[in-house]
Formats: sequence, structure tokens, C-alpha cells
Amino acid sequence: MKRHLISAADLSRADALLILDTAEELASLADRPIKKLPTLRGRTVVNLFFEDSTRTRISFEAAAKRLSADVINFSAKGSSVAKGESLKDTALTLEAMGADAVVIRHGASGAPHRLAGWVQGSVVNAGDGTHEHPTQALLDAFTIRRRLKGLSGAAARGEGLDGIRVTIVGDVLHSRVARSNVLLLSTLGAEVTLAAPPTLLPLAVGSWPCAVSYDLDNELPKSDVVMMLRVQQERMTAAYFPSIREYSRRYGLDVARMARLPEHAIVMHPGPMNRGVEIAAEVADSARSTIVEQVANGVTTRMAVLYLLLGGTEFPEVTQ
Amino acid sequence: MCAARNPVAGRDGLAVLDGEEIRRALTRIAHEILERTHGGGEIILLGIPTRGVPLARRLAARIGEFEGLEVPCGSLDVTMHRDDLRLRPARALGRTELPAAGIDGKTVVLVDDVLYSGRTVRAALDALTDFGRPLAVQLAVLVDRGHRELPIRADYVGKNLPTSQREVVHVLLAEVDDTDAVLIEDGGQP
Repeated sequence: MKRHLISAADLSRADALLILDTAEELASLADRPIKKLPTLRGRTVVNLFFEDSTRTRISFEAAAKRLSADVINFSAKGSSVAKGESLKDTALTLEAMGADAVVIRHGASGAPHRLAGWVQGSVVNAGDGTHEHPTQALLDAFTIRRRLKGLSGAAARGEGLDGIRVTIVGDVLHSRVARSNVLLLSTLGAEVTLAAPPTLLPLAVGSWPCAVSYDLDNELPKSDVVMMLRVQQERMTAAYFPSIREYSRRYGLDVARMARLPEHAIVMHPGPMNRGVEIAAEVADSARSTIVEQVANGVTTRMAVLYLLLGGTEFPEVTQ
Repeated sequence: MCAARNPVAGRDGLAVLDGEEIRRALTRIAHEILERTHGGGEIILLGIPTRGVPLARRLAARIGEFEGLEVPCGSLDVTMHRDDLRLRPARALGRTELPAAGIDGKTVVLVDDVLYSGRTVRAALDALTDFGRPLAVQLAVLVDRGHRELPIRADYVGKNLPTSQREVVHVLLAEVDDTDAVLIEDGGQP
């Protein structure tokens, strides 16, 4: 594995499977009386969050704490960033405090990549602009493997997602989750289709390892997984669709659409949801929905990532 | 003596125990466990991955044959508790599976293939404390090769094998390696 986790494209199939298999072993920790391992004792993980987040920040914090690392939470609000400090100066401050890993969320695509050049420790991308969110893709892959392959524990070891058909629906243009998922899921052997209005697909989508469709109803009967994306109105600077109601009619997952899915298919959403826009409340709360499971799997998967990045020698690339 | 080629294992090394001898050693250990625990009523066998796990299962089966009781058997991965994690790149984790009844108040017998520095056993003792409070912890190993770096000893030993630190001991088990043997090989490094 590389020293940083910035893009899902950094992960080879073997790397990705190592993370999923490690997460599988760590999953049993949640059932133990003492949910803590001493592995990262004395190491410091900084959560550097320039954008609002609940589940990702809490998830990284819980993951680091369960591995006994010291966690420093930093959010842009109420910090020197509000006074105009640059990313580089913030990074150098963290560096001086001896951070072994920096988990960064930033509104600008590429910020984690820049940060990796300034700090000694490992950088983990927790979402940068409209670029990538690799740990979300990893936890989604983990959830799919558990639910659809019906495997957990030792039986799941080394198993990819070959032959599983995943349809990612909605605001692909603004979604870092979609990009990371397309890259990771295709690395793991899944067939990915994007279903979205043409205005919400990025220009370069033709070069992505996936198929593209404008018709959701056509894709549903052949999907094993439907992943609904949040309509990111805070990032929308133009009119991408006539109205929320029209979007919801054509690309929202309601009860009638869910009925078109095969019996075994699951419904995923990275959260936070706009109930009634991209997903109906009845669908979000149905037995097929893995939304709560995804949150629980997030902690496990992020523990695996932190362990694999920080658990070994300080500079693995020197020894290899 | 030059290293004998071992035809079964396809590995270089002098065979110090063959399948029959491993079987007899495990039979003896099973009897000793029953003796020391007064019939084995409240014991749990926990194998340390990789090769401690099949050894623990074999011991449990043996005890089952002799006394007709079902001994709970599981595995305990100690990777996350090791003291040498920072010396190598992060390694893959093994399986931890404890009997549903837990370990509180039971006699836990840890099972491993080779006892060497004692550091793995130290890690296992640490790992155990997170699961509960056993009545007692004992240690069974197939091979004790000496060179302890910690004050740890085994309660049950299949074979004491005096080695030099440059030698490497391989335990091969049918469940993992398709054959049963203990080989000793000159590692070449001091």
C-alpha cells in the first residue's frame, strides 16, 4: 500500500482486498466487551475538517480511538483558518505538533494531494471538493460484499465483487462518492452503471471505467445494488434540472421503483439523505436499505485503513 | 551433518518429528491437560493463528475421544497486540473466534506451534485480558526451541528442541501444509 490514501485509484485490487479482509477481522471487535486495541498507542491522528461533516468525522474519530491513537479534532470554524490562515500554514502547524496521520476534508478538489507534499505523516482523504472520498467507497464495497456475497469472516477473505452490477444514481457531477466508487468497485470486478440526467454527469465520464444511462427505470431490473446520491444543492451554481419535483419523478427511488428491483437487490445511500428528493422515506427505512449498516461498517473500514497506514514501519517504502 | 532433503515437504531441512511422532506428542499433551485440569471440565483451547489453530482443534478432538466431553475450541489472533509491529510493514490479521460462553472463570489453554522468544505468548496474554478474566491461563506448544526473551514457560511441550538462533524451525500441519512434520533448517544468518 502507498503511504497516503488520496484516491481510490491508488488502490490495487490486492490493496483493496487487504483493507476489506482486515476490516472483516476488526468487525468482531464491536461485539466484544472492550472495544479497543492497543495497536496505535502513542500515535496522533489529526482530523482536519474544513467542511461540515457528522458521520465521517465521528467515524474517523471512533476508528482512531478504538485503535488507541490520540485524536485531535480541528474544524475550520473557530480556528485560525477563520482568520485567514492558509492550508500550508495550518499543515506546518500540525506537522510541528507531530501528527502521524492527517485525515482531511476540504472544499477544494486536490487539497489532500497538496497536503501530502507538506507533511511527514500519512494523509487520508475524507472528501475533497467534487473529487474523491475513498474511505466511503471502501465501506460501500465492504457493505456490498457482506450483504450480496453473503460472506463474512474467514469465508470472505480474498473475495472480490466480480459480477455484481451496481447502479449509481443521481448527482454524479458533484459527487466525490460516485467517483471513488466507480474506481474502486471496478477495480474489485463489479460492473458499474451511472444513471443520471445528462446535466449532472461530468464531461470526462466517457473515460471512467463504467457505463452511462439516462434512464433509471431501464437499469433497475438488472441491478444488484442501487446507490442513491444526494442532490448537492449547496454546490449547484446553475440550473441542472427544472425542479426538484421533476428530478424526484425521474431519478428518485420511490416504492414503485424499488419494486422493479430484483428480489436480492440492496439500496445504498452515503448520507446525509434528502428524504423525498432522491430517496423516499419508505425506501430509506425498508429492509433493503443498508444505510445504517453503512455507518457501522464505516468505523470498521476506517480502522482497517488507519491500521494499515500507521500500524507498520514508519516508512514502509524504505523497507520494500 | 548435511541437511537432509525432506521428500514429503519439498522443503530443505532436517526432519525432527514426523507425522506419527506429532500424533503421539499431541496424544500425550491431551492426557497431560486432562490430568492437570482434573478432567478438563472447565477448559477452553485457544489456538494462535496460523498453526496453533489446527493444533488446538486436534487436541480438542483427542480430549473428546478420551473423556467423551466436548471441549470448546477457538482461535486468538495476537497481531494487534504484538510489540514488533513497528519493525515491519503492517501485516494482515488472523481470525479471532472465541466460544460464545466467553472465557470468564475458565481455564484457558493457549496452543501454539513453536515457543521461541515468548513475545507472541505475551501478546496473547494481553489480548486475553480484553475478553474477560480466565481462572487460569496455560500454554501448550508442539516445539519449545529455547532462547526466551521474556519470563514465560510452557505448561505442556510436545518436544524440547535445543536450537541455535541461526536455525529456523518449520512446523508443517496437514490442515495448512498438506503434511505433518517438524523441520529444522540452517537459516544462514546469525
